[in-house]
Amino acid sequence: MAKTDLAPSRLHFGDLGRTASVGLRTRKTRAALSAVGIMIGIAAMVSVLGLSESSKWDLLAQLDRLGTNLLTVQAGQGIGAGSGQLPEEAAGMVARIGPVEATSTISAVDASVYKSDFIPSGQTSGISVQAVDVNLLETLGGRLADGDFLSEATADYPTAVLGSVAAERLGIRDVDDQPLVWLGDQWFAVIGVLQEFELSPNLDRAALIGVNASETFLDHDAVAGSIYVRTNPQFVDSVMDVLPASANPQNPEEIEVSRPSDALEAREAASDAFTTLFLGLGAVALLVGGVGIANVMVISVLERRAEIGLRRALGATRRHVAVQFLGEALLLAIIGGVGGVLLGVGVTAIYASSQGWAILVPTLAWAGGLTAAILIGAIAGLYPALRASRLSPTEALRTS
Amino acid sequence: MTTTALEPGSPSAPPGLVLSIQDVTMVYPTEPPVHALAGVSLDVGEGELLGVVGPSGSGKSTLLHVMGTLDRPTTGDVIVAGHSVSSLSDRELSSLRARHIGFVFQQFHLLNGYTALDNVADGLLYTGMALYDRREMAAHALVRVGLGSRLMHTATKLSGGEKQRVAIARALVGRPAIVLADEPTGNLDTKTSDSIVELIEELHDEGASIVVITHNRDIAKRFPRTVSLRDGLIESDLQNGDH
Ligand SMILES: Nc1ncnc2c1ncn2[C@@H]1O[C@H](COP(=O)(O)OP(=O)(O)OP(=O)(O)O)[C@@H](O)[C@H]1O
Ligand SMILES: [Mg+2]
Repeated sequence: MAKTDLAPSRLHFGDLGRTASVGLRTRKTRAALSAVGIMIGIAAMVSVLGLSESSKWDLLAQLDRLGTNLLTVQAGQGIGAGSGQLPEEAAGMVARIGPVEATSTISAVDASVYKSDFIPSGQTSGISVQAVDVNLLETLGGRLADGDFLSEATADYPTAVLGSVAAERLGIRDVDDQPLVWLGDQWFAVIGVLQEFELSPNLDRAALIGVNASETFLDHDAVAGSIYVRTNPQFVDSVMDVLPASANPQNPEEIEVSRPSDALEAREAASDAFTTLFLGLGAVALLVGGVGIANVMVISVLERRAEIGLRRALGATRRHVAVQFLGEALLLAIIGGVGGVLLGVGVTAIYASSQGWAILVPTLAWAGGLTAAILIGAIAGLYPALRASRLSPTEALRTS
Repeated sequence: MTTTALEPGSPSAPPGLVLSIQDVTMVYPTEPPVHALAGVSLDVGEGELLGVVGPSGSGKSTLLHVMGTLDRPTTGDVIVAGHSVSSLSDRELSSLRARHIGFVFQQFHLLNGYTALDNVADGLLYTGMALYDRREMAAHALVRVGLGSRLMHTATKLSGGEKQRVAIARALVGRPAIVLADEPTGNLDTKTSDSIVELIEELHDEGASIVVITHNRDIAKRFPRTVSLRDGLIESDLQNGDH
């Protein structure tokens, strides 16, 4: 018998894609469902990383604007902490520290604020009154929502500027129709409304009046309760060290110094913990998705024994069969991965823009998501693929 | 694609053969063991059309699987297109099937989501031929089996007879040395079955070497040569005079 040539069985790379997608094309719903698990996992991870990045970026921008060189000096409160008041000369002493660029004091006034003079005096509005320096807004990096802040001219008169929460409680949005508030036992003209103070939220619930006005109209003894200090950014730590002794040379231990920007950073650290938690959940979803794909592939191999037998009869090697089923698992995982990345980016975009953040999805998130999907697909497909390839052609053909 | 050189020391089968089975046994290691083939020798010449007939369980499918290198015999050897199965690796057997053996099955085994054209083109899938060329050859093969107007129909939309024509086109598209058909008319009604047998006879007239397994004696007797199998042994091997 004439011996014929026997070039090895070959499958083009392009045909590999075609054969690997047979199962997906003939069983679309099942394919879609089995890709969903991976999709959810990847979407969770991408959006969590994206949102954490976007919010971090927002925080950095905020810190950048507000600066990390603001310090607060207060008298310590509570048992053994002293009088709760700063010495009269504290503000002047603090201002004399070399790297200090600006100081601004506030002093709590014992008075209540109401919309009208009909409210019984026993009922408080939860709004504090603070006598403040006219440079407070600048020192704190605060912003006005409407009107003006106190100036040298207006600080002597019964005028007030409202913190954002205080304004809301009093039902005052703007100063267009020259609103008045009943403050102490006197009408004060509201000349400005503030936006939120990111670095000093306690002032959001306050009505701010001039120091002179507090003394003239409310009989207030304006001793500083807190001093806000802006320092040269390079010397923040050394200024923090000398502040207690400068503010109260006799009892420096009664002085509390804090850095409000630390609170913002701490908030971010807390949200990092959430990020880790959600990443963990995403990983679990991925794992479940991988098991789902493995499961679908095992079923697929069982159902498609006849096809496997046919392919072996058409000249497929064991390897060709293994590669076909492995390729199918990979395709499922990649579809899920790509869908997950898109979904995750979408969630990030929607949430970040609703918060007014920049939309940032770190490369690590989407590239890592896709890599994870591919790895999971490979692992999930390995066992079914080997099972398919080990099937003997006759066994496979006999089933149907 | 035949070369004239004979493998030195290759089995002493006379030239002009496409398939030679030499003293083949097949024992399935069940409890008790099944002797599906109990010592079968059979030569198929180039261009021959032969029917293998026998009752259920006589070993027909086993014989076809052994002839088609889908299974290795327990003892004995099979030589297809000049290659001795016992000397080939699993991968080489796949190559042998990809290039030199065509199969037709009772259940058609078409891929349902695919068109008739692509089902036939898949007959060449593992030869490494480019898709465009495969489709072109597939179109010719489909025209040859009378389905020139059905190229783009998906497999599910074809009748049983049409499906089997597609399967026959797929087996023939690569011009294999031999086509092995296991009960090709087993799922078809008498009339359709007749037309498929006629197609097989035409293809034989054009030079194809074909082995048809059937339990239908009337069909087997129509072919130039009829081999009867019983209990894993050849009972008779007759040339039918009128062909
Ligand atoms: N994988 C197997 N394991 C064990 N026994 C088997 C196996 N395959 C076939 N047999 C047995 O071998 C014998 C021959 O089977 P085979 O399928 O070749 O018969 P057949 O002539 O094709 O029958 P039918 O006409 O029903 O298709 C039967 O007794 C069958 O039960
Ligand atoms: Mg059979």
